[in-house]
Formats: sequence, structure tokens, C-alpha cells
Amino acid sequence: MPPPRSPDAPTLAELRRLTEPAGLGAGSGAGTEAVPTLPFGVPELDAALPGGGLARGALHQIHEGGPRGRYAATAVLFAGGILARLDGPVLWCLHSRDLFAPALARVGLHPDRVVYCETWRDAEVLPAMEEGLRHRGLAGVVGELTRMTLTPSRRLQLAAEGSGVTALVVHRLCAGEAADPEPSAARTRWRVAPAPSDSMNRRTDRHMGRPRWRLELQRSRGGSPGAWIVEACDAQGRLAVPAGLADRPAAPERVQRRAAR
Amino acid sequence: MAQDGARRVLAGVDAAARRLGLSPGMSAAHAGALVPGLHLVPAAPEADAAALERLGLWCQRYAPIVAIDPPDGLLIDVAGAAHLFGGEASLLTDLSARLERTGIAARLALADTPGCAWALARFGAGGIVPPGGAAQALAPLPMAALRLGLEALRGLRDVGLTRVGQLVDKPRAALRLRFGPELLFRLDRALGREPEPLTALAAPETPRVALRFAEPVGARESLERVTADLCARLVPELERRGLGTRRLDLVFTRVDRLDQAIRIGTARPSRDAAHLARLLAERLALVDPGFGIEEAVLTASRVEPLAETQESHLASHLAAGPQVPDLAALVDTLLVRLGAARVYRLAPVESDLPERAVRRVPALAAPLGAVWPADLPRPVRLLAPPEPVSAVAEIPDAPPLFFVWRNIRHRIARADGPERILGEWWVAEAETDLTRDYYRVETEDGERFWLFRDGPMEAQGRWWLHGLGEA
Repeated sequence: MPPPRSPDAPTLAELRRLTEPAGLGAGSGAGTEAVPTLPFGVPELDAALPGGGLARGALHQIHEGGPRGRYAATAVLFAGGILARLDGPVLWCLHSRDLFAPALARVGLHPDRVVYCETWRDAEVLPAMEEGLRHRGLAGVVGELTRMTLTPSRRLQLAAEGSGVTALVVHRLCAGEAADPEPSAARTRWRVAPAPSDSMNRRTDRHMGRPRWRLELQRSRGGSPGAWIVEACDAQGRLAVPAGLADRPAAPERVQRRAAR
Repeated sequence: MAQDGARRVLAGVDAAARRLGLSPGMSAAHAGALVPGLHLVPAAPEADAAALERLGLWCQRYAPIVAIDPPDGLLIDVAGAAHLFGGEASLLTDLSARLERTGIAARLALADTPGCAWALARFGAGGIVPPGGAAQALAPLPMAALRLGLEALRGLRDVGLTRVGQLVDKPRAALRLRFGPELLFRLDRALGREPEPLTALAAPETPRVALRFAEPVGARESLERVTADLCARLVPELERRGLGTRRLDLVFTRVDRLDQAIRIGTARPSRDAAHLARLLAERLALVDPGFGIEEAVLTASRVEPLAETQESHLASHLAAGPQVPDLAALVDTLLVRLGAARVYRLAPVESDLPERAVRRVPALAAPLGAVWPADLPRPVRLLAPPEPVSAVAEIPDAPPLFFVWRNIRHRIARADGPERILGEWWVAEAETDLTRDYYRVETEDGERFWLFRDGPMEAQGRWWLHGLGEA
């Protein structure tokens, strides 16, 4: 009679995955099932990503669309929402001192989980991110960069694969710089921009609802690009599709907000 | 009070006695006549020296290299160690505060060279001399500040040279002829033209390992190998004693007998040779090997008990229950690389003013569990200070219709507010009248901004932009 197994004991499949060398499962078509993913909970978004969600243990780039590229406010919230739904501490490599922590707490990233390091230049952010990506226990590492070329992105991707820590790069553009897509080894590349929070232009009712973003998946290894209008992260970091934009004959006067499950 | 032949003379006086006119060298009888009720204590030079050595060993908490400057001085080489205290100024304030608390009267000075610091502490006003400012700092000081003998001082006074600054433009050959080589030697050492090595104190009983090289080494890779080697040798010694180290001092002795020291600190006691070697390697760039390094000494200058830990990787995966990831190693590396002030966590402060609502806590502090009020939307980027904008609102207390920021006009499509925030008069008196009416606004493109008006519209309140983005 086999001995009773405790619910926390790892299965044989988990042990096998632990002992296989890192890097074999990632990148190849057959191995994409082995990479753990974090689903967004938005069906259209998850369908466009290989594995049904954002790949963990990989590098993802997030650009800020819109004229306020230097502040990268929506990109920061997008990154915060992703990390809020992961477990474990987070290392955030700052580019300047203007990040307001209560905003991250509002999308579900508890302040006790985040260790900040003040790295003022790209040349300091990249080594700090690599250092964080070497520590297995972190949920994710975020770095605020202006630009990232191919070699550093490869290093970050390899470091993330080796430890299973998700790496997010939030691009802050200098004033006047166009967002030229540089070649990079990141698994996905996103562009987030603020969108009007109601698709209908109502001059009479100026009520502020949940913010909306225009979320664009520009590049995804093994997936297909796309663009969506989504509702910004809620208090648990989840995105949602605005009900008014779904396939319906006519939007009712009172817009019902449907949160994704 | 000491014995000088048959007389009893004063060996040392404190500040109160000095104010009454007593000075060392005065005979005890004379002093007793000047000040009735004078408290005389027999001088004990050996006890004083031992106490000075103990003080020197205690000063090793600031930097690895501390030398005794008898009879009553200490020379501390803080190069490479000031970063652990947040800078040279904080190091000096910390040291002077602690000495004052212990009841030790001291004068402190910090400069490029031991000679300059000695001069400023004893003859000048103390303080910090900026790098390269030794000549300027020494110029107004009297000649005795150069640590010269009595004959030399008398000779200099005879020719009218009383301040160090007067020596600068005199021909060196003439000075050497008249006063001997000692004068120029002292001057060059004080100004940094000649090196002045210090004989460092060695504390007994601390774990240390040393390596001596037959041929001097200087290459960076060799130094890194040496560092790793020393760490690997130190760890068994720590293990044997059941200790982990919180602070490591690595002192390289160069061929010209000058010491180059680096120091690293860890947040928790550590016995991990690879981790410690990596932390030390980060600061190796500060070491100038000169013509080569002959000896390297690694000392665990601050140790704490450290129990046996299960280091096996597999064991940690098979252990039941959730794993608390150990951030100490990551935080250590970032602290050594960036400095103590640049790695932190943030925590809420109970304050309405947004610029005061966040404070820093140490990165490895225990979780506080506190959050900001969950119902108030807040911007992602906070501008410090807020930037002035011009805005037009049609009726008082209504959100503005548009605003102009950095010469760009933004038309407001949706808005919410006002959220009134009052100043905290108990924190700053100037805030007693502070009233801010905050408005969350969204432009036609969907961008969100956080504006406030610093007074009621009737009182000509001005508009400011405080934040961008919104969560």
C-alpha cells in the first residue's frame, strides 16, 4: 500500500522539471507548455499569448504610448497589476524619485512586497535587474529604462529563464525621442496608452469611471500581435473588457461593468 | 599631575581648569595656590595609553585602519569606509556624538592626508577639508601644526615665518639648507606630495586570515582571486567558532608600505564564501595597487553567532510549507553597490498631504502590514514640487474646463472633485492656513491628471499640477 502523500509534496513531474537544465524548455515550440504563464483573465488577450497567459520566467517590455512617454504612468500600472497577481517580493529599479507608491498599492501591489533601489541611469538599472533575476524567490523584477539594446535584453532573458523570475522593463522615453522598436530578445513587447474612459462622448455627464487603456501587443514570440481597449487594473490588478465594446446591438444607457473572472 | 624630578607638575588639565588659567607644565604648588580646592589626580601614562588603544579598537567600527597618535590622538583612515555611514559628514557627526555621550572631549578633522587632519584637529577649527584643499586649509595655521621639533620652530620664528602658508612660495633648496630636510618632509606629507603610511591597530581575537605574496600582484583578476581565496579560508574559521560575519575588512599592503582598505557590511551574519567574495569584489575598483601588493589581510571585524543552516537546494524544495525567500543576499549586494540610502521599502505615513504620505523603511525590515486608504484614487507620478498651471473653471468648486501646462493646452472631458486637504498645523506652523482642493481630471485623450487649487477661487487660489496618471 503506497504511503499517504501530503498535499505539499512535489509531484514527479515537478521534480523532473526542477532537475532539467534551464533553457531547454523555453523558446522551442514543443517546450512552450512547460513555461508557466499568468493569464490575464481577459479571453481575447489570453488567446493571443502562447500558453494562454503572460510567460513567467521571461523578459517583457512595456512601452508607454501617448504624449506623456517620459512619465510612463499607464505602463507602470500595467506592470504593477501583473506583479500584484504573482506571489512573492518584487524588486523595482527606479529611474527617478517620482513614483508614488500609493498608486501601486491601489492596483494590488502591497508596499511590504516591494524593495526599491534607486538606480538613476540605464547603466545601473541593468546590472541591478540582473542581480535581482538571480534570486529565485522573487516574484518579479521591474526596471525603468530609457532604451535597451539587444545584448542586455538577451542577458535579462537568460537570467529570467534561469531563475523563473519574471522581468518587466518599463520604458520611459526622453522628451522628443520616438519609440523606435529596437531588436530585443524579450518574450513579448507591449504598448499601453491611456484611452478615453467612455467610448461615447457625453458632454452632459462628466462622471469619472474606471480608466481605460489602449493595450497593444506589438510582438510576441509564438503568439499573434493585437490591440485592445481594456479597463484599467482593479484593486487586485485584474484587467477587464469594457462591456460597451463587446459585440452587442446597442449599448444601454446605463453601462453595466462586467469584471472578468 | 606627574612627577618631574623633585617637583610635582601638572600633566594635563581639563577645560574648566584651563579657563581658570592653569596649563600643563605648571607646578602643582603654583596651581594649588591659584585655585583653592583644586582636584589633583596622579597621572598614569600606561593606563592612558591602554585606554587610548581601547578607544582606537572601538573606532574600528568606522574604518578598518586606525592608528594611535600618542599621547592623546587617533588617526583613522576612512577611505573606502565612509559609504557605510552615508558619507564623511555623517561619519564625523556620528563619531563626535558618540564620544560626547561617553564623556570624551575630542576635536575632529577630516582631510586628504594624516598630516593635514592632525594639523586641523589640533591647531585649526576641525571639520572636513574638501579633497585637494589641504594647502588652503593649512595656510593660516601656525608652524607647530607641521609637527616640527622645538629648534626648528624657534629657527622659523627667528626668520619671521610663523604661518604654514608662508612656506609655500619659498625656494625649497634654501629651506632645506637652513632648516634641514625635516621641514620639507613634514610639509610634503601634510600636503599629500609624499605618502604617510599608518601603523594600523590589530584587534586580538577577531577572525582573520592573511596572504603574503612572493611577487607583488596588481592585476584586477589576481586581486579578485586573492579575495575569493581569503574568503574561502576565513569561512572554516567562522564555522569553527559558530559565528557569521556582519562586516569584513580587507586590507592590502602595498610595496611602498601604504595600506589600501575596503570594507563591506551585510544585513545579516553570513558565512557564505561566494557571497562575501562577490560583495568585496564590488569595491575592488577603489583599490589602487600602486607598484604591487605584497600582503592581503581579511578580518571579520564584526561577528555575530550564526547557527547551522541547511544549505542543500533539494532539501529546501522538499521541505513542507511555503518558502520565505531570503532577500538578505540580494539586499546586501545592492547596498554595497549603490549605498545604504538607495535601497529601501516604502511604508505609509498617516498624513493627508500626499508629499508626506510615504516614508522609507529598511529593505529587510519586518512587514508592517499597513496600507494607504484604499478608497482614494492616487496618481502614479507625483511632481515634487507641484508645477504651476493656468486653469479656468466656470463656477467656484467646479472642476476646470481646461488647463495649460508647459505651454500645452489640455481640454478636460471628465473630472471629479474637489477633495479638500488641509495643512497639518501640528507638523509645520506655516501649514496652518494651507487648503488644497484636489481635482481628478481626464482629458479628451483619456490622460489623467491631478490638479489642485491652493485656495478658494474668491481668494485668487492658484492652480497646480501635482500628479500624472491615476490608479
